[in-house]
Amino acid sequence: MARHQIATLPVLMKGATAIQLNELPMETWARVVEVIVPTDSVDRELVLRLVELGFVPDERVRIVAVGAPGREPLAVRLGGTTFALRRHEASFILVSPQ
Amino acid sequence: MEASTRSLPTNIALLGNPNCGKTALFNLLTGSRQKVANYAGVTVERKEGILHTSAGRNVKVLDLPGAYSFNAISNDEAMTRDVVTGHSRESLPDLLVCVTDATNLRLHLRLVLEMRRLGLPMVVVLNKMDRAEKLGISIDVAGLSRDLGVPVVRTVSVHAHGADELRAFLDLSVAPSVHVPWKAPGLEQVLATQKDVQRICQRVVTEPTIDRDPSDRIDKFLMHPVGFVVLALVLFLTFVAVFSMGAWLSGFIEDGTALLGNFVQGHMDDGALRGLVVEGIIGGVGSVFVFLPQILILFLFILALEASGYLPRAAFLLDRPMSKAGLSGRSFIPLLSSFACAIPGIMATRTITHWRDRLTTILIAPLMACSARIPVYTLIIAALFPQEPVAGALVMVGLYTLGIVAAMTVAWVIKRKDIKGTHLLMELPAYQWPDLRSLLIGVNERAMIFIKRVGTVIMALTIIMWALASIPSPRGASMDSPIAGTLAGEMGQGLQHIFAPIGFNAEISIALVPGMAAREVVVSALGMTYAMDGSEEDVESQLRERIATEWSLGTKLSLLIWLVFAPQCLSTFVAVKRETNSWKYMWIMGGYLFGLAYLASLITYQLTNAIAG
Repeated sequence: MARHQIATLPVLMKGATAIQLNELPMETWARVVEVIVPTDSVDRELVLRLVELGFVPDERVRIVAVGAPGREPLAVRLGGTTFALRRHEASFILVSPQ
Repeated sequence: MEASTRSLPTNIALLGNPNCGKTALFNLLTGSRQKVANYAGVTVERKEGILHTSAGRNVKVLDLPGAYSFNAISNDEAMTRDVVTGHSRESLPDLLVCVTDATNLRLHLRLVLEMRRLGLPMVVVLNKMDRAEKLGISIDVAGLSRDLGVPVVRTVSVHAHGADELRAFLDLSVAPSVHVPWKAPGLEQVLATQKDVQRICQRVVTEPTIDRDPSDRIDKFLMHPVGFVVLALVLFLTFVAVFSMGAWLSGFIEDGTALLGNFVQGHMDDGALRGLVVEGIIGGVGSVFVFLPQILILFLFILALEASGYLPRAAFLLDRPMSKAGLSGRSFIPLLSSFACAIPGIMATRTITHWRDRLTTILIAPLMACSARIPVYTLIIAALFPQEPVAGALVMVGLYTLGIVAAMTVAWVIKRKDIKGTHLLMELPAYQWPDLRSLLIGVNERAMIFIKRVGTVIMALTIIMWALASIPSPRGASMDSPIAGTLAGEMGQGLQHIFAPIGFNAEISIALVPGMAAREVVVSALGMTYAMDGSEEDVESQLRERIATEWSLGTKLSLLIWLVFAPQCLSTFVAVKRETNSWKYMWIMGGYLFGLAYLASLITYQLTNAIAG
């Protein structure tokens, strides 16, 4: 699956500090460094929407709440608003914790 | 552009991101001068109103559905795009009023930049200016206007004079619209636009810190697993309010209909016509009308919770449990609304962008016990447990729970093949106090829909039912029953062949027929088949007694179970047909509900008889 290949990309592209947004610990501010463009067309549409909503490089994000069990879904603060995302949806955003 | 071709705008459109306060602004601008319908051929709500400018001119306002982007992923967004790009049957607006949330320009400006490419005259509205000031956010309005190249005005949609700046702006002439062909921007272009937005925001917006928003602190508590306790409490209080306040207000309506019935009874000559008016119209319609307060209180709570920003949080909390059934938290609000009435619930599924999730939610919405079922439940439970209110309340809770469990099971059956394929991505807007004007307009809208329904469908059904139970059958009495010898009796006997195995006698069988068209009329239909007369309160107490003494335990339980599952009212069928745009799904819903109801009642009846009998 395309997604599993993507998971190794952050290390290749931005050094060891970039992680997927779904791996970000609670309450930790991070900066978006990259948005992954998937090959799957449904996921591409999703990523386009994420970018339209403001998940773009240089924006600050943090996770304010997580569902249980299994950290699903995530509530992500982005600027003036908060978004609820499934882990899969958050996995396309690479962030660098600060 | 020639100055002479400029003209005053007479036809404007409001558009903006969801949660920008656009609806509150529209309500402030137009007040009660609104018309709500659907766009031609699609199930997207079309809201239009008339506003008065500062100079007193009338301007037509179209409130376009909220959209994050013209790269539409929902019917709402597609409609908005089609109207402003000239691909709909609507005329192109003279002026686009782009509403943004001043506290959240970073999110809302991108759509403004996208709209700027359309070639239509536009004005940007900085809404919620009061909140922005409170949060210490200052915006360089002149600078923003310069950067965007379009005029910018400020509004506060919760203040009576909050839109004065906009009203004054509408008295200025605008250039004619130039139609520029529109092409959906790709990812690269969107990223470039976002860079522009970041640059503009850096230049014109000054805000204290990113931590400014108190929403995070509330969220930490409400979206923590402890939040479930709060959610349970909120839902509990909602239903307590519905049942206690609703019942109290219903008392007045009951007294009113009883008075009216007695008055007519005393002032009309005895005869068929008096029967029709007193039993058919006043009694029948009155017995439905008493639920108006309960339905409206439930809607008031739902609208207030939604406007405050809490409901999306509840949807977040319930996302995980609902994903087990193959749904997402997005289905929560439609299903909650279905407890008031399945039709607005089914309409609320429009916010679910994923089609299979939406379809599943539509199909299970009728299993949520709508408020129209309350009277029938109450009647039978009172007959089952006349002296034990606690046991009665527990059975009531049980019936609601049964519906929810059945709904989740059905959802799981539909979605088990792609249980992982659900989507959530949903905005959790900042908490805010609900705008009273918008709440009242919303509740009033629901009240009008209900009253219209009572005055048409339900009135007609009640009259037909009354006629069937009054007109003698040409074949004469063929059974021993209060409706013996009437058309209703004939029909009831025919239906017996189907319903005898689940314990329904001819009276129940015939009363269920109008009940399928509108659940609320079951009580009055039973009253008619048992040939009760008098005011509606008398009918109910007489009926309760006869049910308690004449029906077996199996029949009572079987009927309760039947009502949990059986197909809803005709209007629900119509709503399903309209929202799915398919007869197939309408019949699938009707078919599976009927099958489920029959099976569950059969098991209940036969099992009760085996144990008790």
